[in-house]
Amino acid sequence: MPAAPAGCADIGYMDSLAAGGSALHRLDPRAKLLATLAFLAAVVSFDRYQISALIPFSLYPVFLIAAGGLPPGYLLRKALLVSPFAVLLGALNPLLDSHVMLRLGPLAVSGGWVSFASIILRFLLTVLAALALLALTGMNGVCESLSRLGLPRPFVVQLLFLNRYLLTLSAEAASMSRARALRGAGARLRPAVFAQIAGHLLLRTLDRAERVYRAMVCRGFDGRVRAARFPGAGREELVFVAGWTAFFVFFRLVNVPLLLGRLLTGHL
Amino acid sequence: MHMADALISPAVGGTMWAAAGALIAYSAGKVGDEADERKVPLMGVLGAFVFAAQMMNFTIPGTGSSGHMVGGLLLAILLGPYAGFLVLASVLTVQALFFADGGLLALGCNIVNMGFFTCFAAYPLYRWLAGDDSRKGRILAAATAAAAFSMALGASGVVADTVLSGVSELPLGTFALLMVPIHLIIGLAEGVITAGVVSFVVKARPELLRQANPAPAAMSLRRLLLVFAAAAAVTGGALSWFASRAPERMDSAMPAMRPFSAARPGSLRAFLAGLQERTSFLPDYGFRKPAEAAPVVEGSRWPSVEGATTLSGLVGGLLTLLLAGLAGLALRRRQRAPGA
Amino acid sequence: MTENIVEAKELSYSYPDGHRALEKVSFSVAAGESVALAGENGAGKSTLLQHLTGCLLPSSGALRVAGLSVEKRNLPAVRRAVGMLFQNPDDQLFMPTVFEDVAFGLLNAGVPESGLEPRVMRALETVGAAHLRSRPPYRLSQGEKRAAAIAGVLALEPEVLVMDEPTSGLDPLSRRRLIGLLGTFPHAKIIATHDLDFASEVCSRAIVIHKGRVTGDGPASDIFRDAALLGRSNLEVPLSVASRRG
Repeated sequence: MPAAPAGCADIGYMDSLAAGGSALHRLDPRAKLLATLAFLAAVVSFDRYQISALIPFSLYPVFLIAAGGLPPGYLLRKALLVSPFAVLLGALNPLLDSHVMLRLGPLAVSGGWVSFASIILRFLLTVLAALALLALTGMNGVCESLSRLGLPRPFVVQLLFLNRYLLTLSAEAASMSRARALRGAGARLRPAVFAQIAGHLLLRTLDRAERVYRAMVCRGFDGRVRAARFPGAGREELVFVAGWTAFFVFFRLVNVPLLLGRLLTGHL
Repeated sequence: MHMADALISPAVGGTMWAAAGALIAYSAGKVGDEADERKVPLMGVLGAFVFAAQMMNFTIPGTGSSGHMVGGLLLAILLGPYAGFLVLASVLTVQALFFADGGLLALGCNIVNMGFFTCFAAYPLYRWLAGDDSRKGRILAAATAAAAFSMALGASGVVADTVLSGVSELPLGTFALLMVPIHLIIGLAEGVITAGVVSFVVKARPELLRQANPAPAAMSLRRLLLVFAAAAAVTGGALSWFASRAPERMDSAMPAMRPFSAARPGSLRAFLAGLQERTSFLPDYGFRKPAEAAPVVEGSRWPSVEGATTLSGLVGGLLTLLLAGLAGLALRRRQRAPGA
Repeated sequence: MTENIVEAKELSYSYPDGHRALEKVSFSVAAGESVALAGENGAGKSTLLQHLTGCLLPSSGALRVAGLSVEKRNLPAVRRAVGMLFQNPDDQLFMPTVFEDVAFGLLNAGVPESGLEPRVMRALETVGAAHLRSRPPYRLSQGEKRAAAIAGVLALEPEVLVMDEPTSGLDPLSRRRLIGLLGTFPHAKIIATHDLDFASEVCSRAIVIHKGRVTGDGPASDIFRDAALLGRSNLEVPLSVASRRG
């Protein structure tokens, strides 16, 4: 149950980051979304033994975090905490693929270890970039840009409503499970009891939906949620997207670190 | 069951994005056609409910481990398949964005694996099994069967996506044998929880369920079978396509796998331990020669075993990382300077 | 007759389960008048308010708002005339930011994009919440939420403000601010509350409801001093009135 308040605080914190005032914050959300998607596509398109060529890509999340004034430690911790699935699956690679790819003196490194390291690297890059995007743009900005990039309006409205009531309902759930924990004297939550608590929460949720609907109707809701227009994209946005995309394409095609390393180690 | 970006190839991620996008557009259209204004806030708040409910962990009896609700089947029961799918997709999107739980690129995979199979395969099964009966036993049986079914399909989806992406080394058979039974068990728990919540609501406010989901539209058995057949065909087709493409990887590459796949799936730890033993005793025992890997890994200029090249890569990589870090620090200092 | 902004005649309502919530309720509210609607929980206050916005329609009797009979075909016009403030501002502030929430009603009313910003900002400035414009509602204090919700209603320039327990959840300072704010509004106001101290400061007239019936209607100063009437309706003489008297 401690997960509930922590999760709430997390969303709240990410949200407050998005309220920052850096130039990156002010950039049209669409530009950030498009550049980040290009970044993700470039990073995951490398083959599984790739490590060195991936490294220049760290410049993008580093740039977002630094220029946006985001807390790097917090984002990194968050990235490391999530989704152990990727790490777990990747950790099996060294067991399954043991042909030697690399010899560092007496140390033989198998392909499995190389691909494991590659997975971890990709994982950090993709997760950090996505987190930085959200922290710079906010959920509403991301939704609005998705809407203007052609996502169906009902789905965008759904995302906005979900985001709006996330914290409100999480707080309700947290207080309900706290109340149960206080009376339950440390007993574990059995599925049957959980179903009851969740059922109560569901009833309250359905009541709330009805009240929200009434409030909407009172202000002329007719089935469509209209969006106010936002300022359009300008030159800065164009430069941002074009610049980063060019960067991704170049470093996708040319393994600069390898060339650099060859230069240094003299293996040309 | 969330997949991460790191395990996905762009082709798989992109295809699944397209599939998820098409499903969202189709469902959004269907929900729009229903023209039920009440559903707009209802869907939003129910999405938040699923989120909130996922934050409460319950203990799975007899195991001591804890789990949380997924909620897809519950959403479909409360809202119908189309609105339920949209809500679940929105929950997954927010999870991907806020918690990096499943990545952005993998979002399409996750929406299909968790949303499509629950709302468009498991939910029809639920309707068919539960009928209009509101007795607790029938709801329990129907929800359990449907949830387990959806989890098994979803797990197969994860396996298919991962293996097709070719980032993880896990061969198809093993991976499927790992994922599917575990998710069947998770599905049973999900079914029990779903049935518990539905029974609770039916008892407390019987009118709510009818109100929330007025379309009875219990799918005909024929349509139901068609959906299953389609799902099976897609999954099977994808898997066999992969199997035909890389047969070595699945079978000959895994001599240790055969006894495992033939025997009980229970002894995973023993199996992995055995495998580890094998590999560490025979460090040069190549399951797969690099040349064989080439057809699987497209455009791979990199899988070269030449130590020097790799060493250069390592040195250069470290240097680049250092440069990137320094650039970040410099930017940060400049960022702070005007404010100070 | 035309001056009355709200006119209820023998209004009765029964819920589908048969519970009779309103029993021949008659009253009228003139333009610019501030009326407190007092009654214990379950007395029928909320049911009555829902009639004023057309969320419920009378089982029998008649209700006219802004010269229109409250019935299905008039609902859009009735709702334009009535600004409804819900008890829980979280139910009312459903849009992502304060600005968008205030703009919600305006966009539905067909206000063009160009006219949007000034009208939203004017409403926000009226309640002293202009600085909250880009904040998401869930990051506001209870008092700020209340102010934002009022702005969303004011922006639509209603003829009558209807409020359900406006002081619930407010700390003393926010409550005091709300009292000052409401005093500046020229609108007719109908305020359902059991915060009678608040009601006695804001309202010149009071209607007491008990078990779905109107049991008292008159100047607030008289009603809130009538210990017998308030006692019968399971209410208490407000502290401010009691201390003034004693």
